[in-house]
Amino acid sequence: MAGTALRRRLTWQVAKVSAVTAETASVRTITLDVPDWPGHQAGQHLDIRLTDEDGYVAERSYSIASAPGELVAITVERLDDGEVSPYLTDELRAGDDLELRGPIGGYFIWEPEDGGPLLLLAGGSGVVPLRSIVRHRERSGSTVPVRLLYSSRTLDDVIYRAELDQPARGVEVIHALTRHQPPGWTGYARRVDAALLAEVAWPAAEMPVAYVCGPTSFVETVSQALVQSGYPPQRVKTERFGATGGT
Amino acid sequence: MSPVSRGFHRRHQDPAETVGRVPPGQYLTKDFPVLSAGPTPRTALDRWSFSVGRVGRQKTWNWAEFRALPSQDVTVDIHCVTKWSKLDTSWQGVSVDTLLDLAGHDGPFAMAHCDGGYTTNVPVADLTSGKAWVAYAYDGQPLEPEHGGPARLLVPHLYFWKSAKWVRSLELRDTNDPGFWENYGYHIYGDPWREQRYAGD
Repeated sequence: MAGTALRRRLTWQVAKVSAVTAETASVRTITLDVPDWPGHQAGQHLDIRLTDEDGYVAERSYSIASAPGELVAITVERLDDGEVSPYLTDELRAGDDLELRGPIGGYFIWEPEDGGPLLLLAGGSGVVPLRSIVRHRERSGSTVPVRLLYSSRTLDDVIYRAELDQPARGVEVIHALTRHQPPGWTGYARRVDAALLAEVAWPAAEMPVAYVCGPTSFVETVSQALVQSGYPPQRVKTERFGATGGT
Repeated sequence: MSPVSRGFHRRHQDPAETVGRVPPGQYLTKDFPVLSAGPTPRTALDRWSFSVGRVGRQKTWNWAEFRALPSQDVTVDIHCVTKWSKLDTSWQGVSVDTLLDLAGHDGPFAMAHCDGGYTTNVPVADLTSGKAWVAYAYDGQPLEPEHGGPARLLVPHLYFWKSAKWVRSLELRDTNDPGFWENYGYHIYGDPWREQRYAGD
């Protein structure tokens, strides 16, 4: 698991919100104009810092939703008892300033030369960094086959739904709806577990690379099942949210 | 000086007894979030061992031997670089002082090596004088695999990525080489009170 050195100093800077887009009832994508953005890799995150009039400061990390070369965007789910996410989803609007620094993280990333096939496994808003990977694959001209298995509570909770309904060639999107399914639903209607993965995951013999992002229980279940089905642990990259990107 | 975020207001007041215990940029949580770069390793106890020392000159204990070492109960505050802090966490483990006394202090820097390939670097001075443990119980229960069991390093005065899960050895060195996250741009030392999250902080 050796890494490439990445020692550039990360300084805070003020970005301008260029758009706030509703993804679901509780999820917004915030597109940012960052004057001094050094570029990012698919899968990285950034830190944001909010300051109130008394000088109180709150910091949080969010995965970057856009591909390298696109405007920087984050996708935020409102957690009702949170302090930062309700501000970002409900209060922030185009034209506002937002202090941030990044990009951060060099392990949960994908570049075309990393190859595939790619198995992308998302629980809830864990889809955000995986969406960056899918867009990067398409923009870079990669033809690596992709399967994205995306677990949501209901169809209304699916983030990037319109985009995922029109996947690029070579990208398969498979949904699992765990709580409620619309009439005529033909996708999975249960939680992702080893049996479901056995139907969806690339066989280990094809030397896939897996990226798993979601709540801890999802990541634990999925990554354990992949290892038991023969995926080398080094080829199962995980990222969890909860307290991290959460509130 | 940070600009004021239009329309942002503090929502939570930390309880009075926590004042002075939450480093800058951190918020309190009562959960115990889990973060790791890959699948949780599950090493059977009969295949587990712990080593301390220079490469080739290490003192090694098996699980039964390790559990027979004198242990301490400690209650500490922990601070994760992803911004959460958790106060008054209770652990049981072996003080690194004890391990180094038995293995011999032999070098100014330590690299922790873990199941799954994770590494992190810590100066030996930050592991001694009652500042660090190899912990195998949390809240009176065996440490769960997702929290680093069978045993994890516990260095509570540094960001929690230094408290390496699934730790299997402390390799002593002359040089302060970067470990896993340190190689990806995280701070070489990681003091939460100086907010040393990333290289250059």
